[in-house]
Amino acid sequence: MNGSTIIFYLLTTLILVSGILSVTTRKIFRAAIFLLFSLIGIAGLYFWMQYEFIAAVQIVVYVGGITVLIIFSIFLTQQAGELLPKQNKGRILFSVLAAFCGFALTLLQIFRHTFGRSFERPVLPSMENIGNQMLGIEANGFALPFEVVSILLLAAMIGCIVIALRSKPETV
Amino acid sequence: MMEPGLYHVLIISTALFFIGVFGFLTRRNLITMLMSIELVLNSVNINFIAFNKYAWPNKLDGLFFSIFVIAIAAAEAAVAIAIIINLYRSHQSIDVENAADLKF
Repeated sequence: MNGSTIIFYLLTTLILVSGILSVTTRKIFRAAIFLLFSLIGIAGLYFWMQYEFIAAVQIVVYVGGITVLIIFSIFLTQQAGELLPKQNKGRILFSVLAAFCGFALTLLQIFRHTFGRSFERPVLPSMENIGNQMLGIEANGFALPFEVVSILLLAAMIGCIVIALRSKPETV
Repeated sequence: MMEPGLYHVLIISTALFFIGVFGFLTRRNLITMLMSIELVLNSVNINFIAFNKYAWPNKLDGLFFSIFVIAIAAAEAAVAIAIIINLYRSHQSIDVENAADLKF
């Protein structure tokens, strides 16, 4: 039991507890804040696995971007201090049952499978390797998906503006 | 308490995935459903990174997949929130039970 193991279990507790609280709390603003902590825990897990670049992307995009967007939309659409309506017991019971059965089935499959491991020389996930491969056009380069994603982001941006445009100004 | 490895990370991501599924099934508010989807997408990213680290450390493909998943998730969240705000403007509510009618 060394420090790395203790940090791993602390991060696990943070991710799972705040994830569960985020989907069960009846105050929507608290749900957003618990989601924030869960995402920070996931970024910590990436740091723990020594994938620093992806951890930084996680913090910038999820913690700094998506959570703020969600909190903004909560402010725009909810009355302050209003609790979410109670769900009926049957729906909660069957949802717990479905989630638990799926969880058990997936864990069963994971433990019955032995994952292979490649013993070739590991590639460090350093900024230099990532950049070279991301924009590389030779074999194993990701230049084409990179361009496709940039087109997708442009399309999403235009789509957001078109959807959120006020079509009839007289209806407030 | 063992040394954490691939299986530990897979257990976390499976648990997070089904927490998200549970939230998606029980919540009736569109914003909280979107939060559950974010949890599901994050659990997928954890899986990609874990397989990259523990099973194929000689390649970076899992890392690139998770970068693209993050980019697409950001686009998806932005479009979803635009739709939610538009729905709130027309229905004064973002509960899925009240959004049962289609326009055309």
